[in-house]
Amino acid sequence: MRPKVRIMNLLLQDYLPVVIFIGVSVVIGLALLISPFIVAYSSPDPEKLSAYECGFNAFDDARMTFDVRFYLVSILFIIFDLEVAFLFPWAISFGGLGDLGFWSMMLFLGVLTVGFIYEWRKGALEWD
Amino acid sequence: MSVAAVFFYLFAGVLVASAFMVISSRNPVHSVLFLILCFVNAAGLFILIGVEFLALILVVVYVGAVAVLFLFVVMMLDVDFVELRQGFLQYLPVGALVGVVFLVELILVVSTWATAPAVAQFPKAAAVGGAAISNTKALGLVLYTDYVYFFEASGMVLLVAMIGAIVLTLRHKVNVKRQNVSAQVARTPETAMEVVKVRPGQGI
Amino acid sequence: MSSLPPLGAVLPEVTLAVSAIVLLLVGAIRGEAAANLVNGLAIAVLAAAGILVLVAPHTAVSAFGGSLVIDDFSRFMKALAILGALVSLILSVHWLNRERQSKFEYPVLILIATLGMCMLVSAGDLIALYLGLELMSLSLYVVAAYNRDSVRSTEAGLKYFVLGALSSGMLLYGASLIYGFTDSVNFGAIAAAATTPTIGLVFGIVFLFAGLCFKVSAVPFHMWTPDVYEGAPTPVTTFFATAPKVAAMAVFLRVATEAFPHITHSWQQIIAFVSIASMVLGAFAAIGQRNIKRLLAYSSIGHMGFALVGLAAATPQGIRGVLIYMAIYVAMTLGSFACVLAMRRNGNAVENVDELAGLARTNPMMALLLGGLMFSLAGIPPLAGFLAKYYVFLAAIEAGLYGLAVIGVLASVVGAYYYLRVVKIMYFDEPAEAFDPMPGELKAVLGLSGLFTIFYFVYPSPLINAAGVAARALF
Repeated sequence: MRPKVRIMNLLLQDYLPVVIFIGVSVVIGLALLISPFIVAYSSPDPEKLSAYECGFNAFDDARMTFDVRFYLVSILFIIFDLEVAFLFPWAISFGGLGDLGFWSMMLFLGVLTVGFIYEWRKGALEWD
Repeated sequence: MSVAAVFFYLFAGVLVASAFMVISSRNPVHSVLFLILCFVNAAGLFILIGVEFLALILVVVYVGAVAVLFLFVVMMLDVDFVELRQGFLQYLPVGALVGVVFLVELILVVSTWATAPAVAQFPKAAAVGGAAISNTKALGLVLYTDYVYFFEASGMVLLVAMIGAIVLTLRHKVNVKRQNVSAQVARTPETAMEVVKVRPGQGI
Repeated sequence: MSSLPPLGAVLPEVTLAVSAIVLLLVGAIRGEAAANLVNGLAIAVLAAAGILVLVAPHTAVSAFGGSLVIDDFSRFMKALAILGALVSLILSVHWLNRERQSKFEYPVLILIATLGMCMLVSAGDLIALYLGLELMSLSLYVVAAYNRDSVRSTEAGLKYFVLGALSSGMLLYGASLIYGFTDSVNFGAIAAAATTPTIGLVFGIVFLFAGLCFKVSAVPFHMWTPDVYEGAPTPVTTFFATAPKVAAMAVFLRVATEAFPHITHSWQQIIAFVSIASMVLGAFAAIGQRNIKRLLAYSSIGHMGFALVGLAAATPQGIRGVLIYMAIYVAMTLGSFACVLAMRRNGNAVENVDELAGLARTNPMMALLLGGLMFSLAGIPPLAGFLAKYYVFLAAIEAGLYGLAVIGVLASVVGAYYYLRVVKIMYFDEPAEAFDPMPGELKAVLGLSGLFTIFYFVYPSPLINAAGVAARALF
């Protein structure tokens, strides 16, 4: 076997637990989805599906209009999510990076901290 | 067929199928959920070629955040998607034409693909500098030093995204009483209370 | 290579980045009241960055492993882009105050966009190109939708964003194909690897150029231009029409000449087609326009077509022609938009061409200068616009592209019609009510731009020499 292939196989073996996990969760998920069709007691009746006396429909769209502020919060979350994504490789390889690696991350964090101060002062983190 | 190949076809097959479902399912929420399935399968493909860090970032950022954002948008817009889809068939010929052109181009490109002889010598990206260094560490060793320019530039891009999101969507309601923690903490009994001696029968 | 480059070389970029961050902090801490202060400081910073670019020593420096290239070409284009940003920021102060849209984020975003442009102009590899482009474009998307209470402005921002994202996708796809087929992202290394036009490489170039054509708004990727020009607030349109065009054109020239010098003939046809289509569409589509911002949008599409004639020639003379063209285009556009910004009646901005009726009697000086600018945009000798066209057509003829030059001349004849219609409306129509008095800075910009375009032919050599030196840096 060529070394390249062997390295790849070693890498993929690390993921065996994940594969097993996904397999088990697929089985459980499908079992829970399918078993009601087989074992559950069901007797349909038009009255069960008609609107309630108070006017609500028995089945309705679960979607409803959200406040636009949820969107702002999640956008700001994504930005910091990405910032953290940059921190992982930095933290892992920190020992070999030297001064430049340290200060480049400090600069990066500094820029985003200014952004954070801006957000805070603008009141973007307050609900209202 | 090796195990890796089996997984490749599994991920790729589910990826294409769920990508098709994204554009064809009737309910936009289902579309977003299929999109998430797409991302997860793409992450699986990334793992198969050995770029673990990118695969997990794809899960964290795209599945964890971007897809949630899509769901918000789908929920927020009170658009009648059934109505929106009415014109879908109308644009289908043009879209199909563009798709076919792309496909032909891709086939042309792939048919001329040749792996450079030098590339075959490299171990896969998983093992930059040998199997001893993990993918993430290999990335970290170059990202903050050799590619410091790109790194700081992406910091500026994130800053612009922050400013943009706030400039375009932040709106404060007027006449809302907000909490001012420092003012609350700075209160003393002198500013908060007034001691009044009330004589019986006279009121204040 | 893990060491920092000499700070002096990247001083303009560092200045822009640091001051954008500081000004954001100032604005955040001082609140909305700081808008005018931040505006003033941003103007000073842009002026300082421009001076730093101009006084930098004339040596070619390459920093960060070739990602950032500072040479005569980048100096010329950076100075031009910063000039565009500076003047459009100066022009915007009064307008935004009158419309009550003055916010401190606006100058900060302009500064960051200008930083993106500097990165773009200096980009030495595909990653730097993409990052610079995105930094610039993201800021532009935000300022396009800046007036968020106006439906047209938000529509402009959204349209620009969606189409811009599409073009970024195409550009990235092209960049990845190029990387795949040449095994490098650095322009020099790509040039060394790309000696024969393989089909994959050609597709990569096509997609990359499609993305860049979108940014310079060349046909067939122009469709956003009229709507965005019309919908965005006028100062923002002024900015859009000048600085980003310069930066995108600069990176276009650099990619074409530095990364693909050995396969010129395979991209020359694309550029020639795009150039012809832009010139023709710019000339014909502008005829029916009544809104002056839409008219100038089609005019800018046409002008980008003329500028690309020089790139199609793919010779140092051609590149020199493009540089001269862009410099004169920026000067003319700033002057024209100073007039558009001055079109206010009873405190409200008006945008219809017919509102200029009889301007020659109500404001003869403005009419004279705007008339000069229109003649120049049409390319009538001996004004600056004519000389700009002359140099690109000359380069095209020297390169043997006779058809391109002939179509270009015909398109400019057609285009002259709508420019001259503006002049006719100003001079021969019944006067409309006078405009509100023009603020001093608009007068100054209009005056300088008008005088430059009218009297440029008297002493053209400094610009031509500077452009020649800059163009040689690419070959």
